[in-house]
Amino acid sequence: MLTLSHISKTFNPGTVNAKTALSDLSFHVNKGDFITIIGANGAGKSTLFNAVAGSFMTDSGTIFLDGKDITLTPEFKRAKSIGRLFQDPMRGSAPGMSIEENLALAAGRGGWLSSVSRKDKEVFRERLSLLGMGLEDRMKQPVGLLSGGQRQALTLMMATFNPPKLLLLDEHTAALDPGTAEKVLDLTKTIVDENNLTCLMITHNMQSALDLGNRTIMMNNGNIVYDVKGDERKSLSVNDLLLKFKESVGKNLDNDRMLLSE
Amino acid sequence: MDFNSILSLGENALQLGLISSLTVLALFLSYSMLNVCDLSTDGCFTLGATVGAVVAIAGHPGLSIIAAMAAGVVSGFVVAILQTKMGINSLLAGIIVNTGLYSVNIAIMGNSSILSMNTTKTVFTILKDKLNGTAFENEYILIISLIAVVFVVLFLSLFLKTKLGLAIRATGNNPDMVRSSSINPVFTTIVGLCVANSFTALSGCLLAQSQKSVNIDIGTGMVTVALASLLIGGVFLGKGKIPIRAVGVVLGSIVFRFVYTIALRFDMPAYMLKLVSSIIVIIAISAPYLKSQAPAIKRRLSLSRGKEAI
Repeated sequence: MLTLSHISKTFNPGTVNAKTALSDLSFHVNKGDFITIIGANGAGKSTLFNAVAGSFMTDSGTIFLDGKDITLTPEFKRAKSIGRLFQDPMRGSAPGMSIEENLALAAGRGGWLSSVSRKDKEVFRERLSLLGMGLEDRMKQPVGLLSGGQRQALTLMMATFNPPKLLLLDEHTAALDPGTAEKVLDLTKTIVDENNLTCLMITHNMQSALDLGNRTIMMNNGNIVYDVKGDERKSLSVNDLLLKFKESVGKNLDNDRMLLSE
Repeated sequence: MDFNSILSLGENALQLGLISSLTVLALFLSYSMLNVCDLSTDGCFTLGATVGAVVAIAGHPGLSIIAAMAAGVVSGFVVAILQTKMGINSLLAGIIVNTGLYSVNIAIMGNSSILSMNTTKTVFTILKDKLNGTAFENEYILIISLIAVVFVVLFLSLFLKTKLGLAIRATGNNPDMVRSSSINPVFTTIVGLCVANSFTALSGCLLAQSQKSVNIDIGTGMVTVALASLLIGGVFLGKGKIPIRAVGVVLGSIVFRFVYTIALRFDMPAYMLKLVSSIIVIIAISAPYLKSQAPAIKRRLSLSRGKEAI
């Protein structure tokens, strides 16, 4: 499905601030995989997503998505087959536009000069009611009035309205309160399962890194240091994961947020 | 002052308000929707006036309107390319094009800074001839500007509802979202600025033809006058659906001209127009900010007077 071969990215090359964010990273994702990604801050997790989504061009290496070489494809073209959620719930929807208008953009039906039909509205209503947040009765309201959790749920729905080939979740529940985070995470599971989406999810929550999906990857210094799936993964505990980190990186995973979260 | 002269002053303000509301509607698209402050507005307004005048003088009154709008599209396209493809800051892109347009406009007028259309056949004179002898024979300017305004308001109302219109609004509303969606922000910015500038040019073209003359200064300060009208319109009908807001900015433009006309009656010299519009823009934009700062300022003041213990 997704194949990265030998991709590298250095920010500010040739200066004192040079930072190698990805170094010779190779990685293959099978269709239907749900991979959780963990690693300390600055390990290159988000950079990996940026490289896949096309926020910048990599310095070297190739990226193939569904058999097509997308190494040089601009971001907005990749976005047709890649859905993406960020940590900041404000990033994924336009606050000054109504829920309906945001959905119309996400649905992307018809030509440039077509407008939302009654049938489209029915579909939007139906989909919104699946979120169980009562948003289907607020379709004319601007998105700016929604809470962070509601907005993130809406963004999730928008990103998967037309099931993408690949879904990238960049700590999409980290900015939400625990209750809402759980709800959005459940929603994520449902949507991913129902559409059989291929999904990569960055998380700082060790437990959900093991609970969710079928494969877990640990990153450090711009590369993958541990990659686990199948039976080995099933028998892993959070402690094992922390030990693994120490083993492969040579120091403790000293991130408060990571240790404190269950 | 007798009733008739008041009426004619009011009508004059209404005509001017309607014609310049086309520029305000252009800014409604570029400034309020696309969130780009297009400083090429002055030059583009003059461009519409000069192109419209030259084509009309050449004997094509109908074509002059289309030519002026097409010139506006080209001008908007250049501004958009500079800021999306060439890494030039959007304010700077507008200023650069504005400066360049000065030379272009003089060149269009044939190395002259003023053109007269006293004997030229324009859409206005055509309608005037048609209405000759009817009750509306002196309302030809009002009728044409009203038609243009209704056309542009209807167009914007429908256009901003289409997928392309929504994409343009999203580009202005949340660039982060657009960057990671399948909308190409370069494309939406180009379309938005081209459409907006075609209205600015139309506005200039109609003003010049209704005044039967064009000079190189016709558009000077237009961007500030239009911004002031836009912000006044926002006070009346700033919330709600797009068509209502579009009508609001037209009202804003008319109110601005009325207030200005009244100020002139109270012996305010005509050259004060631009200062007044500058002050309106300053007040309208800074007021919400100053309001949010007021508690902190009050506290600092009372602290410095020693009324409040730290």
